[in-house]
Amino acid sequence: MTVDRRTFLKIAGLGALGTTGVYSLPVLGSPESGPGGHGVPAPGGTRWGMVIDLAACRHDEGCRDCIEVCGRVHNVPHHDDPRHEIKWIWKVPYPEAFPMQQHEYQEPALLGMAVPVMCNHCDNPPCVRVCPTQATWKRSDGVVMMDWHRCIGCRYCMAACPYGSRSFNWVEPREALEHQDPGFPTRTRGVVEKCNFCEERLAKNELPACVTACPHGALTFGNLADPDSPVRRILAGRMAIRRKPSLGTHPEIFYLV
Amino acid sequence: MYDGGKIVAGLVVFLVLVTVPVWLNALAGGTPRAPELELPRDESRCVEPAAVMRATHMELLDTWRDSVVRSDDRFFTLEDGRRVERSLSRTCLGCHDRKDAFCDRCHDYLAVSPYCWDCHVIPEGGTALAAAGGGVR
Repeated sequence: MTVDRRTFLKIAGLGALGTTGVYSLPVLGSPESGPGGHGVPAPGGTRWGMVIDLAACRHDEGCRDCIEVCGRVHNVPHHDDPRHEIKWIWKVPYPEAFPMQQHEYQEPALLGMAVPVMCNHCDNPPCVRVCPTQATWKRSDGVVMMDWHRCIGCRYCMAACPYGSRSFNWVEPREALEHQDPGFPTRTRGVVEKCNFCEERLAKNELPACVTACPHGALTFGNLADPDSPVRRILAGRMAIRRKPSLGTHPEIFYLV
Repeated sequence: MYDGGKIVAGLVVFLVLVTVPVWLNALAGGTPRAPELELPRDESRCVEPAAVMRATHMELLDTWRDSVVRSDDRFFTLEDGRRVERSLSRTCLGCHDRKDAFCDRCHDYLAVSPYCWDCHVIPEGGTALAAAGGGVR
C-alpha cells in the first residue's frame, strides 16, 4: 500500500489529536494567556493608571518638581556618574519617548519638549515574565511591584523592559543620599529599583507624590477600571497615546499630546 | 616512633592553641554576663509575650515583611484589641526607640549581624517616627 504525502499528514494529525485528546483543544484555541499578562480586571476591581498632559507639562520646561519630590520620599540616590544613574521619574526628548509616534513635520514645541517618563506599570509586563525569583510581579490593582528583599540583581528585568524604567545599584546608594527619609527604606548595592506607583501612599488612600507635587496639574491618577474615575473621564474625551504601543505591553501611563 | 618527642610536643602545643578560648574564658570567670537591654519606658506589652519574642522575633519579622510587601496586608489586631501596623521601623522601634540599647546589644553579644538596616532607615529617637507618616516595611 502506498500512502501519499497528503494522506500521511491527515493520519498523523488525527493521530496526534487522538493521543493528546480533547484537552489540547482549549489550549490551541485560547487567546494569549502568558504568565506575565493579567488582561482585563474584574468588574468593580482596581487598575491604577495615570494620564500625563504634555501641553500642561511643557508650560514650564525647567520644572523638576515631580522628579525631586519622588527622589525625596523614596530615597532615590543622585549619582554624578551617569552610568550609575537611578531613575524613577525622569525626562527624555519627545522623539526618544515616542519613537513610533513622531514625524518631521510635527508641532515643533512637541518635538522639542522633554517628556516626563516613568515605569509604565504595563498590563503585560515583560519584566515580570523574566524575573527568576518573582521579586517583581503585577499586583491585582495593576501596580508592577518590586520586593527588594528578593531581588538577586540579575538585571534580566532591565534587559526586558523596553522603556529603560529600571535602574541597577552599581554602588552603595546610601553614600549618594544627602538625607534619608525614615518613612521609606533605601536600597542596597546589587538591587534593581524603579517607580512603585507610590504603593506605600496608595495603601493610605493618598495620591502618588508626583501627582500632588505637580504645580501645573499635568498628572492625573485614578482607577482605569472605573468609568467615572478622573483618568477614564479624560481618556473618554481626548486622544491619548502610550509609549511603544506596538510592543503589546499595554502601558497604564497615557499621554495627552 | 621516629621523632616521638617532637611529635608529642607538637600535639601538646596544638591542643593548647586550639583550646585557648576555653582557657581564657575559664580564667576570666565563667560566661560573660548577658547583655542588659533597655526596655520601653511607657509600654509594657509587646505584640507577643517576651519569651516568644526573644525566641522567634526574626520569624515574626519575616512574616510581617511578606504580608506587607507581597500581600499589601499592613495591619492586624491583637487579642487585647490593639491595632498594630506590621512595621519594624514604626511599630517595633516605636516603643524600643533606642536600637543601639536594645537590638544591637543582643545581636553584638551573639555575634549576629542582621541586614535589616542596610536598607531600612533607623529612626532618630521618637521624633523621626512621628514625622515618618508611613511607608516603611
